[in-house]
Amino acid sequence: MRKTLTMTVLALSVLGMTAMSAAAEDTLKIGYIDPLSGGGASVGEGGLKTFQYLADELNAKGGILGHKVEIVPLDNKTNPQESLIQAQKAIDSGVRYITQGNGSSVGAALEDFVTKHNTRNPGKELLYFNYAAVDPSMTNEKCSFWHFRWDANSDVKMEALTSYMKGVPSIKKVYLINQDYSFGQSVRTEARKMLAAKRPDVQIVGDELHPLLKITDFSPYIAKIKASGADSVVTGNWGQDIALLLKAAADAGLKVNWYTYYAGGAGGPTAIKQTNLNHQVFQITEGIPNSGYQPAVDFEKAFRAKANMSLWYPRAVNEMRMFKLAAEKAKSIDPVKVAAALEGMEFDVLDGGKGFMRKDDHQFFQPIYISSFGNLTDKETFDEENTGWGWHLVSKIDTPQTMVPTTCKMKRP
Amino acid sequence: MLEFVPRNNAIPDTSECIVLELIVISTINGVLFGMLLFLLSSGLTVIFSMMGVLNFAHASFYMLGAFFGFQLTRWIGFWPALVLAPLLVGAIGMAVERYGLRSIHKHGHVAELLLTFGLAFAIEEIVSMIWGKSPMDYRVPALLDFPAFTVFSTNYPAYKIFMLAVSGAIFVALLITLKRTRVGLIVQAALTHPNMVAHLGHNVGRVFMLVFGVGAALAGVAGVIAGPALVTQSDMATLLGPILFVVIVFGGLGSLSGAFIASLFIGLVQTFAVALNGSLAGAFGPLDPSFGPSIITDIWNVTISQIAPILPYVLLVLILIVRPMGLMGSRET
Amino acid sequence: MIDAATSVPKVVVTARAQRLRFYGVWVIAAVALIVLPFIFSSGGSLTSFSLIGISIIFALSYNILLGQTGLLSFGHAVHYGFGGFLAIHVMNAVTAHEWSIPLPFIPLFGGIGGLLLALVIGWVMTKRAGTVFAMISLGIGELVASSSLILRSVFGGESGITTDRTALPHMLGWSFGPQIQIYYLIAFWLMISAIAMYALTRTPLGRICNAVRDNPERVEFIGYDPHVVRYIAYGFAGFFAGIAGGLSAINFEIANSAYLGAAQSGIVLFATFIGGTAYFFGPILGAILVTYLQLGLTDVTTVWQLYFGIIFIGIVMFAPGGIAGLLMMHRPLVRSGTLGMVIPSYLVALVPTLALACGVILAIESVARYAQGEGSGSNIDLLGVPFNAASPLTWFAAAILIIGGFFVARISWRRIAQAWDRAATVARDRGYLA
Repeated sequence: MRKTLTMTVLALSVLGMTAMSAAAEDTLKIGYIDPLSGGGASVGEGGLKTFQYLADELNAKGGILGHKVEIVPLDNKTNPQESLIQAQKAIDSGVRYITQGNGSSVGAALEDFVTKHNTRNPGKELLYFNYAAVDPSMTNEKCSFWHFRWDANSDVKMEALTSYMKGVPSIKKVYLINQDYSFGQSVRTEARKMLAAKRPDVQIVGDELHPLLKITDFSPYIAKIKASGADSVVTGNWGQDIALLLKAAADAGLKVNWYTYYAGGAGGPTAIKQTNLNHQVFQITEGIPNSGYQPAVDFEKAFRAKANMSLWYPRAVNEMRMFKLAAEKAKSIDPVKVAAALEGMEFDVLDGGKGFMRKDDHQFFQPIYISSFGNLTDKETFDEENTGWGWHLVSKIDTPQTMVPTTCKMKRP
Repeated sequence: MLEFVPRNNAIPDTSECIVLELIVISTINGVLFGMLLFLLSSGLTVIFSMMGVLNFAHASFYMLGAFFGFQLTRWIGFWPALVLAPLLVGAIGMAVERYGLRSIHKHGHVAELLLTFGLAFAIEEIVSMIWGKSPMDYRVPALLDFPAFTVFSTNYPAYKIFMLAVSGAIFVALLITLKRTRVGLIVQAALTHPNMVAHLGHNVGRVFMLVFGVGAALAGVAGVIAGPALVTQSDMATLLGPILFVVIVFGGLGSLSGAFIASLFIGLVQTFAVALNGSLAGAFGPLDPSFGPSIITDIWNVTISQIAPILPYVLLVLILIVRPMGLMGSRET
Repeated sequence: MIDAATSVPKVVVTARAQRLRFYGVWVIAAVALIVLPFIFSSGGSLTSFSLIGISIIFALSYNILLGQTGLLSFGHAVHYGFGGFLAIHVMNAVTAHEWSIPLPFIPLFGGIGGLLLALVIGWVMTKRAGTVFAMISLGIGELVASSSLILRSVFGGESGITTDRTALPHMLGWSFGPQIQIYYLIAFWLMISAIAMYALTRTPLGRICNAVRDNPERVEFIGYDPHVVRYIAYGFAGFFAGIAGGLSAINFEIANSAYLGAAQSGIVLFATFIGGTAYFFGPILGAILVTYLQLGLTDVTTVWQLYFGIIFIGIVMFAPGGIAGLLMMHRPLVRSGTLGMVIPSYLVALVPTLALACGVILAIESVARYAQGEGSGSNIDLLGVPFNAASPLTWFAAAILIIGGFFVARISWRRIAQAWDRAATVARDRGYLA
């Protein structure tokens, strides 16, 4: 009996060995480094499906410069060290483009790693396409030539939100509640700064930072919000922090408007529907399914049919399509040439409108949408997570109103 | 770099009424959270006091209770699920004891702890395999989905009162069982003289299996009930696990009343800490900016509400220094 | 370190031959470390070897607590993390102030970091032993890990603190940018740490630690305070864990709060226990296996955590001595020459047992993929044979393999037990205790 353990262990090691696979020479591999197991897996798997769908779409039209696009999934377990190990594995197996989005801590570590690697290994450069890590420092003091960001960073989103709030006179008292880490802190700092500039009459009646993903009962925070008399809450909370916050609010009967970044993330719509907050929860995104722009609607329909989920990342669509355009412009898939072609590029984004990749800091700017979650009108055909409710367009902020300055001093090769 | 922004809350000077409101609400919330903790730790204490086994997988049984409750609610409704799900979890607990713990009992308590540790890992992964990693849409039953009463303009959901009632009932039932029934006498004897109990001829194996099953079932009940109130997700166990251990060490290993007091205390402390915005900076004014970003600035500026989730661990360290066997502990392991 | 006791063997081994064998093992190990990169020179191998090296030091340091002193700790990673952070800060300081400390000395600072933390929290922690110590270690581990997110200036919050290892003064002309130089740095520290930790087991202190593990009351009778002994052991464990953390910080050029977390503590517990806590080389084996599994398993399956859990439960239940324990069980057989009596039964048992294992893997993978909703599109590649996760054929095959494999395997295991009985009897007759 005891010996079987050694056997089983050896058998499993053999299983591990079958991970070696040699790919065909003419495929263009993109390493997708995000959590595929553990806590962040639901989000990571969604992203993987999105990228695989996009790769299939590109391959159906001949790939990139004749090369077939292949997405290589690399599980980083939302851990920066693990991400570096996976990036190294990717490099060792010939990957020259990586994309990642979940977690700015991971993103910052990857950006640093890629910069160091490229400096130490000329000729073996790697490009890092960031689709969701929104820490502003990645395109400010820590910017890098080898990093491109397609998601509006949190400062840009706050700029768009405060531009919208400028035109809503009913907002008088704002409560800020955020997660206590770099992203949450940047949300609150920028909210204060920008509101003071655009709506000095708005009173900030509360400013709360709570530990990340540790609180199970938000009712004390809800009690504080109630006590402050706020009519609007601005929060960058995501994951269970937004779900539990909204639940506690519904339980206590709190009637305010919620302006969020990530209420629509995995599980969010279910939580909102459960708490019955109809068109009280707003979100800032770069695209929504019910935008009414026909090519986007067609894409969403086809995507939902095949991938069995709604499109979380319109920016991933922009990323992959721009990648193809950049390669064609540079007539090469060499990372250095593609990078040179990508920066400064203008592009018609998925949901309609013009966006461009700013050369100074490699941040992509695009129209931003404010939408609210609730029951749909007849023209709006897309609901979320089978709840029957969906995102309704409230306001579209055009690209010029989303611009923020940068402190980036980019070192070019 | 971020500008130096003080972190204390910008709540305007509160009137007496609002302070009273916060105190009352925090007390009620603290008691509710504490009762949930007690519901969880009661099972763990019973298992530990009887068998000396620290069930690392206890929070996993709690999670199983929540997921079974969710699935059964979908198929047969909440109230049947409330009865059936804990029984299922209890059965799993008994199987674990019979086929797992019994054979490694001879290797000592550390080996038993390690077995339950591995079990916790495996259970979490099996649950995420079957149900996925996103939160489940586990609803409060329609019968209880209304505000029970209003305190200072905050509604209290009836469901939370239900949770309170169930936890209280279980505490009373456990206390009566332990003090008045025969099985309870055996368990109490096992608290202080475990070997003698075996010598007296009780079918130790069967009793162990039953006790482990009951302990697991208690965790299952906690899961079924807490599922709709909190997020039912596959990482539930890892979030609540460590606090559970703090509760039973704080209350005293093997003492049910100790666990009750400790749960309430920790629940209240954590809830009140969240409500408070005090910090050294708030009390004594901001620090001289020449200190710059450093440890001293961090400690100076941190608010009590930011450290609220780690307060239980601080309490753990304190109790270990001051009174190592816990508040009401009767057994020095 | 327990040695399986042996009676006087027939062949008298001279003291000189024994010493030769002892030092020979270390020399061979050193040579192997030096030569390894030349045999496996791909980038991926170098990364793996570096990680394995760090993991070995960490696991050996953990065994000072678990195997040597009987302290099960769920929070050992805090020393690893502290060592890593101190190393990173020292590296940044060296670069900023242009001190002349070259990179190879940095792990020492890592060790000092781990030691400092151990000295501070160790006194309170080592007051109790056994299960209570385990719980305390869990609580304090969580406390330190959460505090690291609050003390942002030292621990850098979620993103951690980065550094550039090539900015330190060079030594022997090496800039320590390329991975191979880092590998040799790690190998060097691995040898030193392993020798030091082995030496520790041979000292009187090491022996008293064993005594505290086995019978603390008796240790008090002979005049030693178990609390003090545990405290010293804790300090040593923290020191070496800090060295591992420092090397990790050098390797990744980043240190963040995940270094201190419960997941890292769990991994080192796995590695040490699976390898075997009773022998010095046990944690080495465990670290190699677990690191290898961590690197390779995530590529083939998303439920690697489940396999870890199952392996761990299996080892706890059936082989509490770990892999090292299993191997050393055969030592009397080898010495008495009766190993040949059990090998055939092993080979016979291999087939049904492998079948059982494959069946279980198939079942788990089918459930995993089916539940994830990719059933129709994904294949499970088991030993080169593709199985479609959604087809009933796969489930049927899995069921057959599990049920059939289990019954046949049981018979073969019984035969192994019988063969063992015979071999052990013969070994005992020849004077080797089995």
